[in-house]
Amino acid sequence: MSSSTTTADRWPNLAPASAAPKTVSKSKRSTRNVLPGFSLSLGITLTYLSLVVLLPLAAIFIKTFQFTWPEFWDAVAAPRVVATYILSFGTALAAAALNAVFGLLLAWVLVRYDFPGRKLVDTLVDLPFALPTAVAGIALTALYAKNGWLGSMLEPLGIKVAFTPLGVFVALVFIGLPVVVRTVQPILQDNDAEFEEAAASLGASRLRVFVQVIFPALVPALLTGFALAFARAVGEYGSVIFIAGNMPYVSEITPLIIITKLEQYDYRGATSVAVVMLVAAFILLFAINLLQAWSAHRSGRAS
Amino acid sequence: MSSLAVGAASRSADAAALGLRSPKYFEARTATRDPKWVKWTLVTLGVSYFVLFLLLPLITVFYEALRKGWEVYANAIIEPDAWSAIKLTLIAAAIAVPLNVVFGLAAAWAIAKFEFRGKQFLITLIDLPFSVSPVVAGLIYVLVFGANGWFGSWLRDNDIKVIFAIPGIILATIFVTVPFVARELIPLMQAQGKEEEEAAIVLGASGWRVFTQVTLPNIKWGLIYGVILCNARAMGEFGAVSVVSGHIRGLTNTMPLHIEILYNEYQFAAAFAVASLLALLALVTLVIKKIVEWQQTKSIAASQKSAL
Repeated sequence: MSSSTTTADRWPNLAPASAAPKTVSKSKRSTRNVLPGFSLSLGITLTYLSLVVLLPLAAIFIKTFQFTWPEFWDAVAAPRVVATYILSFGTALAAAALNAVFGLLLAWVLVRYDFPGRKLVDTLVDLPFALPTAVAGIALTALYAKNGWLGSMLEPLGIKVAFTPLGVFVALVFIGLPVVVRTVQPILQDNDAEFEEAAASLGASRLRVFVQVIFPALVPALLTGFALAFARAVGEYGSVIFIAGNMPYVSEITPLIIITKLEQYDYRGATSVAVVMLVAAFILLFAINLLQAWSAHRSGRAS
Repeated sequence: MSSLAVGAASRSADAAALGLRSPKYFEARTATRDPKWVKWTLVTLGVSYFVLFLLLPLITVFYEALRKGWEVYANAIIEPDAWSAIKLTLIAAAIAVPLNVVFGLAAAWAIAKFEFRGKQFLITLIDLPFSVSPVVAGLIYVLVFGANGWFGSWLRDNDIKVIFAIPGIILATIFVTVPFVARELIPLMQAQGKEEEEAAIVLGASGWRVFTQVTLPNIKWGLIYGVILCNARAMGEFGAVSVVSGHIRGLTNTMPLHIEILYNEYQFAAAFAVASLLALLALVTLVIKKIVEWQQTKSIAASQKSAL
């Protein structure tokens, strides 16, 4: 990423004042904290987290260690299960990629341009955060089914969305869009006009200013948004199962196969596949933490 | 994962605090103004994408719900199974949300006001439920409390049902909503520092009084925001609840599960009628979110003015 030196790196003293770290930790100077309630609040936090999150999560790993290696491997590497990984991770990747492009575009439009309906769009972008996934699922299915508004338009073109892998993709685009927009938007808003003015006065074209000045500063946030959207899409269940059609080997996602195995009382299989998903989630979580640290560092903000 | 819903949103509130740059700021300057054709091409593209992927599904919910008329709509909602699903959803949220508020306040107080080792790790742990698939979240409770689980035989001997019963639904709901309030309050309280609280303590106020009269007024908008997001997710959770519920009609069905059953029985109008209630809740959530953001910007602007 040698080309992605930000403007702030090149002209450190030009860094916008507004992007400077807002809070300077003053606690380091004081030797003693006079505020009460540390042990109480930390005690509540740790107890609650342990009971609700950590112990149940530990259960799944402990359970898995009771399986023999061939048992585990047979469950997670069965062809039908592998097909779900390919579908889940593949469509999640594709949806996150599309959202990275259009999420950036939408964030740009919302930050840079005044147009009628801007406030409405800005408010409703968060819809997938607030709308229950099951509601999104049945709405998308109705929309893309053969007799739906969009489905009936796509049918003559020979494009089938509902009950195909393409339907999974559409559902994952829906839930991932606000993730990218809301990660990129604040960074765009922080951008000071000074950099672009400097570049323009040096004779750079508008396109060149975007490619060489604006975009490099957005890369960390955009990658973070992409990774967050991907992580959310991989585990998504509610909005997908209605539109997917759930055919084994074709349009069956990994979370669904866990449920299928549970319903057949195959606890071992369900647990093994769940562990694979958890490990994937932890790896993504780690990557996202690194990306966010990078992004915070780049935009000059304290995390 | 420091975010998904909440982190991203709090960052945008943060951006507001840093002095929000509106489109006017960029469009007033020659260097940052784009040619008209570029602007309108991009606006058209962006808004089309928004309409296609977000607005149309939302409109579909209300259109399908009312397509067969108001009578079908009303009947679908007052029908006893729908009613009991609504009640169970409200009960689950009424237990999960206050517990997560207490947790969120405690976690934010410990993390924002004190220095200790492993703080960053603790923040990551709080975010953990965001990165766990809802289905896996449900499964872990089945492994602990199910018939073959850790406490399975003990629960059976004492005639307590957790899985395929209401306690399981509440536990799964709590799990998926753990981070919401804490995620909202931690950055806010970190940004506010602790000088005000320290001053109150030095002046002789009790810890509880400092919390209720100094801290709470400062964080009230962030808290409200965290609560409504937490509530929206608690009422709408599907995957995790689906695993632990057992789908017993009229007993262990929440609203999203009831929607699924109606939909699978081809009662589309009824399914969308119940779905429209949740869609309304989502819209109210988004409107309150906007109001809260607006209030936050206003109070930050006011405090900046008074600081001058």
